[in-house]
Parts: sequence; structure tokens; C-alpha cells
Amino acid sequence: MAPILEINNIFKNYGSTEILKDINIAIEPGDFLVLVGPSGCGKSTLLNCIAGLEPTTSGSLHIGGKDMTHVSPKDRDIAMVFQSYALYPTMTVAKNITFGMKVRGVDAATQEAKLNEVASQLQIEQLLHRRPGQLSGGQRQRVAMGRALVRDPKLFLFDEPLSNLDAKLRVEMRSEIKKLHQSLGATMVYVTHDQIEAMTLATKIVVLKGGIVQQIGTPAEIYNRPANLFVADFMGSPAMNLIPAKVTQNGNGAKIEITRSNDAPIILHDKKASGLPQNVILGLRPEDIAEAGFRAGEGVQEASCQVDMVEPAGADTYVVSELGGKQVTARLHAETSAAPGEKLTFAIDLNKVSYFAPDTGERLN
Amino acid sequence: MADLSLPQNKTQSNATRIALRWLLYVLLSVFAVYYLLPLFVMVTTSLKSLEEIRTGSLVALPRAVTFDAWKTAWSGACTGIQCEGLKPYFWNSVQLAVPAVLISTLLGALNGYVVAQWRFKGANLIFSLMLFGCFIPFQVVLLPMARLLGMMGLAGTIPGLIFVHVIYGVGFTTLFFRNYYVTIPSELVKAAKVDGANFFRIFWSIFMPLSLPIIVVTVIWQFTQIWNDFLFGVSFSQAGTQPVTVALNNIVNSTTGVKEYNVDMAAAIIAALPTLLVYVVAGKYFIRGLTAGSVKG
Repeated sequence: MAPILEINNIFKNYGSTEILKDINIAIEPGDFLVLVGPSGCGKSTLLNCIAGLEPTTSGSLHIGGKDMTHVSPKDRDIAMVFQSYALYPTMTVAKNITFGMKVRGVDAATQEAKLNEVASQLQIEQLLHRRPGQLSGGQRQRVAMGRALVRDPKLFLFDEPLSNLDAKLRVEMRSEIKKLHQSLGATMVYVTHDQIEAMTLATKIVVLKGGIVQQIGTPAEIYNRPANLFVADFMGSPAMNLIPAKVTQNGNGAKIEITRSNDAPIILHDKKASGLPQNVILGLRPEDIAEAGFRAGEGVQEASCQVDMVEPAGADTYVVSELGGKQVTARLHAETSAAPGEKLTFAIDLNKVSYFAPDTGERLN
Repeated sequence: MADLSLPQNKTQSNATRIALRWLLYVLLSVFAVYYLLPLFVMVTTSLKSLEEIRTGSLVALPRAVTFDAWKTAWSGACTGIQCEGLKPYFWNSVQLAVPAVLISTLLGALNGYVVAQWRFKGANLIFSLMLFGCFIPFQVVLLPMARLLGMMGLAGTIPGLIFVHVIYGVGFTTLFFRNYYVTIPSELVKAAKVDGANFFRIFWSIFMPLSLPIIVVTVIWQFTQIWNDFLFGVSFSQAGTQPVTVALNNIVNSTTGVKEYNVDMAAAIIAALPTLLVYVVAGKYFIRGLTAGSVKG
């Protein structure tokens, strides 16, 4: 299938400040692309460039196979949902939703039919005669989505649409957006700084930092095989443990030595590892460190460590201890007997381990 | 002891508070009377006959109320050699103020919309220059403006005066609208752009309906400025196009024989009435517009 959105070598400067550097992304129809990164990474700027609300400095942008680099937003066949919802304050919900059609000269009967269709889809029929000021945050969010849906565009753009909602509503709306994506089969581009939103919604994630693409991949690829230290640290909650270690490569894999300030070094063996330099940063997800006896199999090794802190989180209990001069979080089962100040034997699973170069931060395996 | 002194202190402070409150009311009343006294004298004097003014006290109520002075002021008082009263000049002022207010408000709204929401290179510089225009004293531009009006063929005409007031007002009206529109999230314009609306459509369909409070503020300000203006009125008009302020001056200054204080007072009140009216009528809408709080993120 031909890509529905193709971004080629896009650069964006404000004066002498480079906001976006050489962005290349392509997505297929039906994809849910999430642009994620810390604030100031250029993700919203990139979305605005896709929408045509910001001109690009160089590079090209194709939507549905057509060159849209210099086309104005209204002719790009896109719809956008904004962070502040950007509902027209003096218009009723119905007028807000039909404004785009009215501007484009769609006849009244079609407007009415489309409005009713979208209103029932989003369950906002009873709100149609209210003004935005009389709606709650969640209702405004629905109306903003209705305004986008009614247009039936090639591309839906979402600019942090859930960040103004409270935690509970955010989770609800998140699954609703996901349902909507599945039922419409529409192509969506979604900006967020929340990595959980990115993981749950996306079919494809782009991690940005400082205007540079760090990694493009499926949520599983990004989570399991982060391309560098930044992605490893940014995606996942609690974050991936990044532990400095010394490697001795031998014929039978690698011997990994992690120093400890309060105890003898931990020695681990990774039989699959090869070609590692002497110094590495070991990346271990909290769920790859379990309590001894709860995880077994090849690549699982045990080590005794002192527990510094225990954080029960309901379904799991997080246990923090010190390894290689870093706070290391382990995700244990809820009923663990771990207690602060005491020793606990951990089972460390090296099957999904990541190695990074300490100087460049790039992935090594 | 401590237990007893506590409630005593409380009642004492209560009494002090009430006394202070009364003092405040008395003080405010004194100031109100002080400021209203001139208006009182004007109204009562305008309702007296000349005979009564000569013999009676300045602050006394009229013994016999007569509206003769008002009639004379409106349609009979002499400004120089003509004795038509304020009526034709009042009409001149209306013809002058209404278009000047409307045009300068509309231009200010458009300018403010551009400066606040359609940022372009040098927008800040242009806005600063317009602000600077607010602070140029009237006297400085009299001669160049007279020359410009002459070149445009508008010297001594009402359109000429409208032109001058629009030019002078645009700085202020732009400032008002710009500061109002700056508070409106820029995502509104983006959303409308994606919806397919162009520059003017966004202005008319989205920004104008939001602007009632600031329109009222601007109209009050502009109307008061333009209606009360004397310097431009006296400099750039000729016989027949003079605004009411100039006519009022002429009536007061061109008496023959006895000074008709009652006519002068009535004329002054007539000349001031429209600005009072605009404030009383529109001020209500102003407050209503503010409390409606229609702009909510």
C-alpha cells in the first residue's frame, strides 16, 4: 500500500534555532502514529507542519500521494483536535461541528445528516444546543473530536488532546479514541508527552528529542529494543534501569560485572552477548528483575542485594536497591516479603537485556 | 481577667468598625455633593428666567421653572451673526461622530486582530509605532494636517473631520482590541484555518462575536473623545460644518448686551448630553459583557 503520509527530510528553523532536523516518517492508511517526547522536543511543531499551520524550512510532505508541502491547511484534507479544544466560544455545539462544512458551502441537509451521525457516534446529541462554556472538560473534548470526525478527512491530527483532563477521564477518553480508530479504520497522527498514551494507542511510535528522531517503531520494538539511552529512559514506567557495568568477553558469551558500594560486585553471565566493549550500560526493565524463585529458565541468574525502599502499588510492589551506583527498581509480586534494610535474593532475567555504549548512548546488541 | 477582656475588646472593635463605616459614608457623600454641585447649578440656572438669575442666589432652586432658555439654546441662540441655536451644529457633530466612531472601531478591531493573532515580521514594531501615535499632542499635527486636508480637497468639510478623528483614534482602538485579542488562544485561529475559513471569515464569524465587551469600551472612549473634541473642530471646520463644541463656545462668547447665563447653561448641557447618554446606556452593556465571561478556554 502506498503511504498516506510521507515526510521527507523536513527541517524547521525559527531564526537560527533548529526546531526539527531531518525528519523522515512514512505511515500506511489505518496507522496510528504517535509522536512522543519531552516538552520542547518539536513534536507539536512537527504536527503543525503536517497540518500546514507552520511552514517548513525545507523538505517535502505528501498526504495521500499528493505533494502538500506548500498547500494551505484547508486544502490538505486533514482535521485536527487541539489541546485546548479550541471550540468557537460564541457558537453552539452544533454550529461548532458544522462550521467547517458551512465555510466550504456544503448544503444544509448534508450538514444536518452528518451532524446527527457524528453526534450519535459520540453520544453528544443532548449537548448540541449548548455553548462550549456550559460543557465539562470531557464534553468539550468530545465536541472537539466531533468537529474533526464530521469532516471525514484523510488524516486526523491530535495535539495532546487529553492533557487537560483529569486522570480518570483521560484513561476513559484514551480507550475511546482507540475504539474510534479501530471502528473508523482512519489514519491518525497523535502528539503526546505521555509515554503510556503512546504505548497504548500507537501502531507506530516516533520518539523525538531536540528535534531529532530517536527511534521509529512499533510499541513493542520501542519498549523491548530501545535504540539509545534516551529512548530507554523515556519509555516505560517505572523507567528502565540503566546500570554501568564492566564486560569481559570470552568464548562463551560475556561476563558482566556490576560494582556495589555496600557489597561485593555482582557477576552475571550473558551467553548470547558478543562483541561488547569493556564498559557498557546495562538496560534492564523492572519486570526483568523478580524475586528469586518466581522466575526461572535460561538466562535467569540470582543475586542477593540489600533493599533500600519498598513501594507497594497494588498489583505489584516496586523494590529499590543500589547497583553500580544507581538506584535500581525491581517489579515484584504484590505479596513479597521484601523489607527495607534487609537482604533479598533477586532473579535477574537477561533474555531481554539491552546494552548501551556509555559515551554515545547507542544500543550495542 | 484575660477571659473578661476578650469580649470587651471585641465589642469595642465592633463599635469602631461601625463608626468608621459611617465616617466613610459621610465622607463619600460630601465628595458626591461637591462634585454634583456644578451640575446642580447648571440645571437650576438653565431653568430660571434671566430676571430670577439677576436677583436670586446661585444655588437656590428656581421659583418658576421655565424651558425658554432650553428652546433658545436649541434653536434661537446666536453664534456670531447667525441665530439658529445649537441644532444645526448638534447635527453636524452627529454626522461627524457616528461614522468616525464606527470606522475607527472597525479599523482598530482589524488591526488588533492582525497584530495579536496573525503575527508577521515587524508586527511589534508597527504596533509600537501605532502606540506612539496615541501620545502625539494634537497641536503638533494641526499644520501638517491642515495642509494634507487641503491637498485631499477635504478642508473645512465633515468628511475631513471624520478623517482626522479616524487617524487619531486608530492608535487607541488598535491598542484596545490588540490587548483583548491577545488573551484569545491562538489555537482558535488554527482550528478555523483547518476548518477552511480564511482571514476575514475568521474575523467575522469567530472574533467579532467575541468582541462585544471591547467594542462597547472602544465606542464609549471614541465617542467621548470625538464628541468633546474642540481643537480639531475649530481648526478644520468652516461656517456650516462646525461641531457642537465650537458652536457652544461661539454662543457663550458672542452675547450682545446682557449675558444670558440660563441659555449658556442649557446649551452646555445639550452639548454634553450625548456622551452622558452613551455612557449610561452602553455602560450597562459594558458590565453585562464583562460578567458574561464568554471567553473561556
